[in-house]
Amino acid sequence: MNSSRYQRQNVRSPFSSLMAHGEPWVWLMSGSLAVAVTMVIGLLLFITVRGSIHFWPRPLYEITLRNGEKYLGEVISRETQLKNISDDQTVHDRVLVRTVDFRTDSTRYTWFDKKNMSSIQRPQFATVIERFEGGRFHGFPVCLLKDGIPTTDSPEAAWQHYQEISPTIQKRFREANRIDKLRRGDLQKRLRNARLALFDARLKQGNNHPIVHKVKKEEEEISKEVAEISDLLDKKMAALRKANSLWKFEFKTVDGQSVIFPVEEIIQAWQPNNISLLGMSYVYGTRWWEFLSDNPREANSAGGVFPAICGTVSMTLIMALLVAPFGVLAALYLREYAADNSLTATIRIAINNLAGVPSIVYGAFGLGFFCYGAGGWIDENFFSASLLADNQPTFGTGGLLWASLTLALLTLPVVIVATEEALAAVPNSMREGSYACGGSKWQTIYRIVLPRALPGIMTGVILAMARAAGEVAPLMLVGVKKIALDLPIDTSFPFIHPEREFMHLAYLVYDIGFQSSNSQAAKPMVFTITLLLVTIIAVLNIAAIYLRSRLKRRYAVQEF
Amino acid sequence: MQKGIGPSVYSGGNKPDAGTNRLQAVAQGKDVSAEVHPKVLEETPVLEIDRFNLWYGSKQVIHNISMPIIRKQVTALIGPSGCGKSTLLRSVNRMNDLIQNIRITGDMRLNGDSIYDPRMDVINLRKRMGMVFQKPNPFPMSIFENVVYSLRIDGEKNRSVLDEVCEISLRGAALWDEVKDCLNDSALKLSGGQQQRLCIARAVAAEPEVLLLDEPCSALDPIATGKIEDLIQELRGQYSILMVTHNMQQASRASDYTAFIYLGRLIEYGPTSDIFTNPVLQETESYVTGRFG
Repeated sequence: MNSSRYQRQNVRSPFSSLMAHGEPWVWLMSGSLAVAVTMVIGLLLFITVRGSIHFWPRPLYEITLRNGEKYLGEVISRETQLKNISDDQTVHDRVLVRTVDFRTDSTRYTWFDKKNMSSIQRPQFATVIERFEGGRFHGFPVCLLKDGIPTTDSPEAAWQHYQEISPTIQKRFREANRIDKLRRGDLQKRLRNARLALFDARLKQGNNHPIVHKVKKEEEEISKEVAEISDLLDKKMAALRKANSLWKFEFKTVDGQSVIFPVEEIIQAWQPNNISLLGMSYVYGTRWWEFLSDNPREANSAGGVFPAICGTVSMTLIMALLVAPFGVLAALYLREYAADNSLTATIRIAINNLAGVPSIVYGAFGLGFFCYGAGGWIDENFFSASLLADNQPTFGTGGLLWASLTLALLTLPVVIVATEEALAAVPNSMREGSYACGGSKWQTIYRIVLPRALPGIMTGVILAMARAAGEVAPLMLVGVKKIALDLPIDTSFPFIHPEREFMHLAYLVYDIGFQSSNSQAAKPMVFTITLLLVTIIAVLNIAAIYLRSRLKRRYAVQEF
Repeated sequence: MQKGIGPSVYSGGNKPDAGTNRLQAVAQGKDVSAEVHPKVLEETPVLEIDRFNLWYGSKQVIHNISMPIIRKQVTALIGPSGCGKSTLLRSVNRMNDLIQNIRITGDMRLNGDSIYDPRMDVINLRKRMGMVFQKPNPFPMSIFENVVYSLRIDGEKNRSVLDEVCEISLRGAALWDEVKDCLNDSALKLSGGQQQRLCIARAVAAEPEVLLLDEPCSALDPIATGKIEDLIQELRGQYSILMVTHNMQQASRASDYTAFIYLGRLIEYGPTSDIFTNPVLQETESYVTGRFG
């Protein structure tokens, strides 16, 4: 037997054996994965840390400069700077301090050189005040005034008394604001609706038709009723405001100036140098709660983001509800019914390419097609009164529905591709089994194929939701506004208002981060909103993944 | 089309062609006549295959096969891989319609009704047959829903009817005692053998006129295979069964009639005992004893 001819060479170069074993490739692969994981974890950590410390009360420092100027503020960062190498004093310590000027209602970030300071200390009673209007104030409590008469004699007593009365006053203040909003909002809406109904009747029936007279009567009744309710509410509000206006709080600034604020305008106050860890946690918690549950104030740079949370979540969910059936039906036809020819292949490529179209293009399309096209048509045919009387479009402008539809279009390719893959992954033996039992094609699809493909379809919808919740560019064109306090879902009939403009967290990030006048002041807010957005997307995804895993458990294939 | 087939269609005579090897002739593409035992023709058929040809694209896979399938008996199709047994079986309930590029001539008749009649409703036709596949293919739903699937697609909602059918079918498939306490569990949790018996229960739930088994044991271990064979023994007499098998022992143990098919042609067809112990053709004997194929 001539074995030597086919005998393999035993001696190989070390390099070729290394490559053959694939060690370098394994290293390369694990290295790539490690880089990717590090970047993701690093980004998340960065956002989490920066976003979550924003509400933690920082100590207040009183800084006295050598020239006599005094400042009270939070130390944001410290650094050592090399200024001039030839100089003797090359090393240079400085601190970044956040101070506020209540006269101009502005927050300032200033660098102070250590060598210019004569002293830096943490005064015990330094107080931070969040005002309803005008932003923050840093100062020292002096006394609490009731009807202009001091009720306390020492700063401690004033502070203590304030904390006792503050909850009642805040409650009254909120109640008054609520009434104000109700009166302004709901009553105005009723008046407007009645007025539009009259206009509509005149438009359709002419001026002297009996229906017009009837509607006119109704309108008069409604305006009378509204006026009555308005009066009643006015009185109630005045009583609340009066009870609140008794109380004022006198403060002095760091340079000794006296300032008096009405107590009701103080949303929250704390003495960061004078509270325990528990107290700090309480302040932290209440500030987060305010952030999550309140309306924004001060051009979105303070207060809460509740409308934006509502807008983001409702838009994402409506988008998912729209895109899922639409995408699944399209994919079903493409995979199960359409003939397998070049036309189908072209359509498939086109759908894949749609995923690569810049999202702003979808925004422009949504604005042109949905808002102006479909919305304009709806307005002309159903809301003509509003359009003609007030020159105000109802559906013919950006809104929740149009934004959801635009994003549904944007994410449609994702759902179609995922569904097609899920359908293709259903084993043919299942289909054959159903056909053999006498099932028609539709029965087979609907009883066997779809349930089996459902987890895969869910994956597509999850990806679509993640994409849609983080999208900003198209939303700016089709309905997201800087401030829109009327929620798309509320307690006034018909409860869901798909035509309303809404706020969105991702847009808030853009708006606060890049459109505000004081970018330093906006930075922590940007991180906090980003953290919130990431958390909301994660929660939505986890809910969907949970649903999918339940489905999977039900339809899991066990191999033997 | 005529009803019933005379003996002349089936047979080219009983005598072996001495000196010519039919298998070689078949391999060379020549037509050979099938050897059908007269005992087969004496029985009443449930299904008649009548001069059936099938092309896949331009390749002819089944050549002019004519054979009756006997009522309430087990008929096994044997032959080497790729000889067209499965294709023939899948032609009976027109599963081949799902594949493109198929062309057929000839006909089959189920209890006298032409299967390939253009007016035949394929879905209705399939409801009259049950089919079990090589690999167990339970649906991703509960055991109960699997068994009553064919009733569900007919819109049956009466719970007592469904319960009754489920129990009878599972008892018929010798699976009732094993699953009666977990009918609402996923069918995918069952073992492979149980899954295959579940598929048989599903196939018999609609009281099929003929039960088609496509190598029902090829994906199972010996113990599960034994159970399925026992089950086939129990079903004989109740159902007309047409099964494809690769396993000579299985064919000899479980079937009443055996047809030997080679390269798309029927070579010999007769009672199983005759085929395995006393075949007419030398070629059949060499195949069943393992000297060939």
